[in-house]
Amino acid sequence: MRQTMRHVMLDSHRREISLVAAILAIAAVMAIAAPGFFTWGNERDLVMANLPVLIVALGMTLVILTGQIDISVGSQFAICSVAAGVFARLGMPTPAACLAACLAGAAMGALNGALIAYARVPSIVVTLATMVALRDGLRWVTEGAWVADLPRTFQWFGRSQAASEGIAMAVAALLAAGIGWGLRHLAAGRAVYATGSSARAARLAGIRPAHVIFAVLALTGALTGCAAGLNAVRFNQVPANAGLGLEMQTIAAVIVGGTAVTGGRGGIVGTLLGVALLGIIGPALTYLGISAYWERALQGGIILAAVAMDAVRVHAREHGSLAAERS
Amino acid sequence: MRLLEATAIAKSFAGVQALKGVSFELREGEVHALVGENGAGKSTLIAVMTGALAADSGTLAVRGRLLSPNSPGLARSLGIAAVYQQPSLFPDLTVAENIAFSLERRGLWRRVDWKARTRQARELLARAGADILPGRLVGTLSMPEQQIVEIAKAIGADARILILDEPTSSLTGYEVDRLFAVIAALRGRGAGIIYISHRLEEISAIATRVTVLRDGEAVATRAVAETNRDELIRLMVGREISTIFPKREIPQGGVVLETRRLGSRAAGIRDVSLSVRRGEILGLAGLVGSGRTQLAETLFGLTPADSGEIVLHGRPVRIPSPEHAIRLKIGYVPEDRRRHGVVGEMPVAENTTLANLRAVSRRGMIDRACECALARQYVDRLRIKTDSIHAPAESLSGGNQQKVALARWLAIAPEVLILDEPTQGVDVGSKSEIHGLMVELAERGLAIIMISSELPEILGMADRIAVMHGGAVAGTLSRAEATQQKILSLALG
Repeated sequence: MRQTMRHVMLDSHRREISLVAAILAIAAVMAIAAPGFFTWGNERDLVMANLPVLIVALGMTLVILTGQIDISVGSQFAICSVAAGVFARLGMPTPAACLAACLAGAAMGALNGALIAYARVPSIVVTLATMVALRDGLRWVTEGAWVADLPRTFQWFGRSQAASEGIAMAVAALLAAGIGWGLRHLAAGRAVYATGSSARAARLAGIRPAHVIFAVLALTGALTGCAAGLNAVRFNQVPANAGLGLEMQTIAAVIVGGTAVTGGRGGIVGTLLGVALLGIIGPALTYLGISAYWERALQGGIILAAVAMDAVRVHAREHGSLAAERS
Repeated sequence: MRLLEATAIAKSFAGVQALKGVSFELREGEVHALVGENGAGKSTLIAVMTGALAADSGTLAVRGRLLSPNSPGLARSLGIAAVYQQPSLFPDLTVAENIAFSLERRGLWRRVDWKARTRQARELLARAGADILPGRLVGTLSMPEQQIVEIAKAIGADARILILDEPTSSLTGYEVDRLFAVIAALRGRGAGIIYISHRLEEISAIATRVTVLRDGEAVATRAVAETNRDELIRLMVGREISTIFPKREIPQGGVVLETRRLGSRAAGIRDVSLSVRRGEILGLAGLVGSGRTQLAETLFGLTPADSGEIVLHGRPVRIPSPEHAIRLKIGYVPEDRRRHGVVGEMPVAENTTLANLRAVSRRGMIDRACECALARQYVDRLRIKTDSIHAPAESLSGGNQQKVALARWLAIAPEVLILDEPTQGVDVGSKSEIHGLMVELAERGLAIIMISSELPEILGMADRIAVMHGGAVAGTLSRAEATQQKILSLALG
C-alpha cells in the first residue's frame, strides 16, 4: 500500500521533478563554465526581469486549469502600466496608483470573463479580440507617447532600489503562496480543477462552472494589473507598448510547468519552475558567450518537449500501458 | 429471392454476449421489422450488417455473395444503407453537398460540378417525397427533414437493402404517412427494408414479417398478418431472471418526495405525478428516450421544471439548480459515470468530498487529514478497490468508479437518491454489491429512485415501478402486480 502510494505521488509530481533536474543541470553547467553567473546582483536582476511573467503566469495557470486561455494579458499589461503612471501623475500616492492599475486589470479581465462564461464565446476568440482592441485602443489614446514627468515618489516607490525590489518580490511570493495554497485548501480551488476536468461533472456536483471561469479571468486581469504596477515603478517613465509577447511567455511557462492545456491537471509549483527554466536560459546563454538568437530556439524546444511528454502520457494512459507498467 | 442472409451471427463485448448466434433473412420487396427490448441486440446486429462491427462468428451474405470480412465500404457497395434515429449529416454543408458527399467519386483534385450536384439532389429528394431546397444548410432543417435527406442519400446510393432504425420517433402523423409512401415505393422497386421500431402499431401497418430479438437471440419470426401485439410483447420479455437480488422487505415511512403534474418543456416531460417514501425503492422503467433521465435531471435542477410542483416533506419546493437540490439533500448519480459521475482526473478522495466540502472544512479551509479519513471510511464501507485514495478516479474500473460516485452522494447524507442505470456496464460482482448497498441505504430511511433499462433489475429491486412513455408516466405498478410483460406493454404505449 505504501509502495503504491509513493508511486502515485511520484507519478503526479513527475513534471516538477524533471524541471528541477533541468534547472539544476543548467546551474551545474554555469558553475563550471561561467562561475561569474552566480552573483547576487545578477540573480536579483534575473528575478526582477521575470517577476511580471511570474505574477501573470499565476493567473494564467488558473485560466488554463479551467480549460480556457487568455491571450490578452500583454495588452492588459500595457494599459495597466500606463494607468499606473497616469494615476501617479494625477497625484495619487504610488501604492494607490498600483492598486488602481490592479482594478483596471480586474475590470478588463471581468469583461473577458463575462463574454466567455456567460455569453459563451470561445476564450481564444474573446481574448484575441480584446488583445487587439485594447492594444490599439491604447495606441490611439496615447499616440505612442510615454508617460513622463512622473512625481519623484513614483520610481522605486520613492525609496531605495533595494527596498522597492524587496517589496515587489515579497508581493509576488505572497501571491504565489496564496494562490498555490488556495488551490489545494479552498473549495474554490477544487471548483477550478473540477471545472477544467469536466464542466458537466462539476455542474452535477453542485459547482457553477460559469462563475468559476468568470472569476479566474477577472483574477488574472487583477494579477496582470498588479504585475504592471510593480514593473512600472522600476523606471521613471512608463512606456506605451509594455507587455509585448507577455501572453506567449506566460502560456509557455504554464505549459512547461506541466499544466494540461485541456485543463483539470497542473499547479502553481510547476508554473514557478516553468518561469524559472524559461527565464534562466537567456542570461545563461549570454554568459556562455552563445548568440542570444538561440534563446528563442531553445525555449521553443523546451515547450515542444513538454507538450510531447504530455501527449505520450495521455496516450499511455488511454491505452492502459501505464497500468501494465505499474503492476 | 433472398436479398440478405445472416447466419448464426455472434458478437461479444468484454465478456458480455450481445449476439448469440442470430440468423435473419430479408427478401426482395419485403419490409422486415425487428423488435426487442433495450439491449436485446438490435443495434449490434445492424452494426454487423453495415460493417461497422465485425462479428466474432457467423456469416453474412448478400444475394448469395458472402461478405467476409465485411466492411463499411463493402456493405455500401453491395447496396446496404442505414438511416439512424439521429441523422449523421454535416450541419454546416448544404443538402446537395451532403447528398453528394456519399455518392460522388472520391479524389482530392476532382472538379466539383455544382449544377449536377444540385440537379441530382433535387431529383433524389423528389423521389424521397420531400420538398426541400438542395441549397439549404442541413443545420437549418428539422429532424424529420434531416431523416428524409438521409433516405434520399440511401436512394441515391441505389440501396437495395435499407435499414431504418426508429425512423418515426421524431415524426408527426403526416410525415409518417409520407415516409410510409416512400417505403412502399422502394418496395415496389424490389428493395428490402429492415424496419426497427418500438411502435408496434406501425409494424402491423407497414411490415410484412417481424423478427423478435431477446437477449441476443432471434426468438421468433412471424408473418405480421399472423401475429398480434400481445404475442409480440410476450416474445420480447420471455427473459429469464438469473440473478438473485438481495432485496429485503423494509417497512416504509412517510412520503419524502412527491411530484404533482410536473413538467418541463426543455426536458420534454409532462404531467409527471409520482411519490417515493422513506425506505422505498421506486423503479423508473421505460424505453431509452422515454424521459426517465430527463425527469431525474428536472428533479436535480439541471433542467428546472416549468409546470407542476415538487413537494418535499409535504412542502412545495423549487429546484432551479443542482446546488439547490444538494441543499435539499437530493443526490443524483448520472448514467455516464466516466464522464459525468466522477471527475476523472481528480483523486478518489477529492471526488468523494466534492459535493460536500463543508463537512471536511474548518473555517472555510479544507482539512486534508479529515478529507482523507472520510474518503478512507467510504473506500472501506463500499469496498472500493483502488491503489490509493490519491489515485485519479479514471484509473478505477467501471464498478468502482460507480461506487466513488455513490460515495460522493452518501457524503451529503441524502434523503433522496436518484440512481440512473446504476449497474449498467458494471461487472457481476460489483453489481450485486451495489444492489446490496441500495437495500442497506433504503433500510436506513433513504428514498431511492432507480432508473433501469434492465427489467429483471427493476422487478428484483423496486418496491413500486413507474413506467414512462413519451415524457409522461404511462402507469405505476406495485411489486406484487408487476411482470415484465405489463411493464413492456406500458412502455410501448
